[in-house]
Amino acid sequence: MSAFLTLLRRDVTLSLRDGAAIGTALGFYLVVVSLMPLGLGPDLKLLARIAPGILWIGLLLAALLSLPRLFEVDAEDGTLDALSLAPLPLELVCLAKAVAHWLTTCVPLCLTAPILGLMLNLDLAAYPALAATLLAGTPSVSLLGAAGAALTLRARRGGVLIALLVLPLYIPTLIFGIAAITAVVTPPGSFLSPFLLVAAVSLVSLVIGPVAAAAALRVQGG
Amino acid sequence: MLMQTLTQKLANPTRFMDLSARVLPWVTGLAAVTIAVGLYLAWFVAPPDYQHGHTVKIMFVHVPAAWFGLLAYVVIAVSSFGLLVFRHPLADVSAKAAAPIGATFTLLALITGSLWGKPGWGTYWVWDARVTSVLILFFLYLGLIALRASIEDEALAAKLAAILGLVGVVMLPIIRFSVDWFDTLHQRASVVKASGPAIHSSILLPLLVMATGFSILFLAMHLKGMRNEIQRRRAIALELSAVRRSASRAQVVER
Repeated sequence: MSAFLTLLRRDVTLSLRDGAAIGTALGFYLVVVSLMPLGLGPDLKLLARIAPGILWIGLLLAALLSLPRLFEVDAEDGTLDALSLAPLPLELVCLAKAVAHWLTTCVPLCLTAPILGLMLNLDLAAYPALAATLLAGTPSVSLLGAAGAALTLRARRGGVLIALLVLPLYIPTLIFGIAAITAVVTPPGSFLSPFLLVAAVSLVSLVIGPVAAAAALRVQGG
Repeated sequence: MLMQTLTQKLANPTRFMDLSARVLPWVTGLAAVTIAVGLYLAWFVAPPDYQHGHTVKIMFVHVPAAWFGLLAYVVIAVSSFGLLVFRHPLADVSAKAAAPIGATFTLLALITGSLWGKPGWGTYWVWDARVTSVLILFFLYLGLIALRASIEDEALAAKLAAILGLVGVVMLPIIRFSVDWFDTLHQRASVVKASGPAIHSSILLPLLVMATGFSILFLAMHLKGMRNEIQRRRAIALELSAVRRSASRAQVVER
């Protein structure tokens, strides 16, 4: 457990010191969301209706940006080989990496989303639902993303490939997340059941993601 | 037990090549005959639908294509499991050969579906559950093919594609379930139902013949794809050994 926490603390510290990574993701999110009204027209009613979708999709794309770096740096300098020989199971190493990605990329993006929501005229009543679904859904983004990062570690054009592999897997989180927010904005419909499904998808990802990532790393280690 | 010995027998690529060479012409011929009979039934026996008119004939290609688009993923999932768990030498060949076939069938289902959708629904594309899930299945195939294409070491690419295939097969029901939240226009599944098929036998019979024809066609293309892959690997191995031989001869001459 302490080895897990040490690894987690190391990865979080490294990404925080390299502030450029988080800054880039936040800047990308801001730009993508700002492009939407420019492309769709400044109709506030329309924007309010599609704001949950824009905020979620922009967040998924922004979170993808830092995924290729998840294992790359450690693979380049040999840290990953040392970690795979360590007594800590490789699944937990991958879990620590995914949690670090969640803490340093997804949480800042989730905190930015409400501010961008203001720019899109999102109904104020939707804010608690937006925050809740983003926080419950983004672990799945990091966990499945870790599997994608591990699978494409030795691939040419890995960065673009991750998007193709991982984005289709984010569809359940996206659909249920938006269903939960929409249920709050337009009252008929339940918030709780899609919200619980968002959480369930994250739990499934907690099982699949680290195991798949570790399997992919083992295959590439030999 | 019989099953196991059969897969063990087929594990030998040489024996697989012998057997498939003997079986393939028959399978191909049978597929052609069955599909020809199915098309005849679809064109001349099945009545035009009172609502859809003659466009209902698209269904006889569309529905089997959608079924075998999904079946190909099952083949990939089983082969991936066979590669990662049993290290079956033909499992990777089978998974690799099935991916483009599955992608083609899903694309065929999407294209015929949208051609049918225009007269039926008045639009080429609707975002309902079944259209969307076939589209996502197509994306999963693209991901598998792209991952394989972008890794040079083929043995490594095979294992990584197998891991991705298994992740996909776990996520597929969840994606399907989530996409069901949207469904609107499309009619519900009407062939496989507990109460028995809800469509008339004059339409069901050609459909089943076409489905049988597509399954034999799938088998023929899968066998052919596997044979091509094995021959490609043998050609590479021969080339490598020729290079090695000429290199060692060059060394002898130097001495």
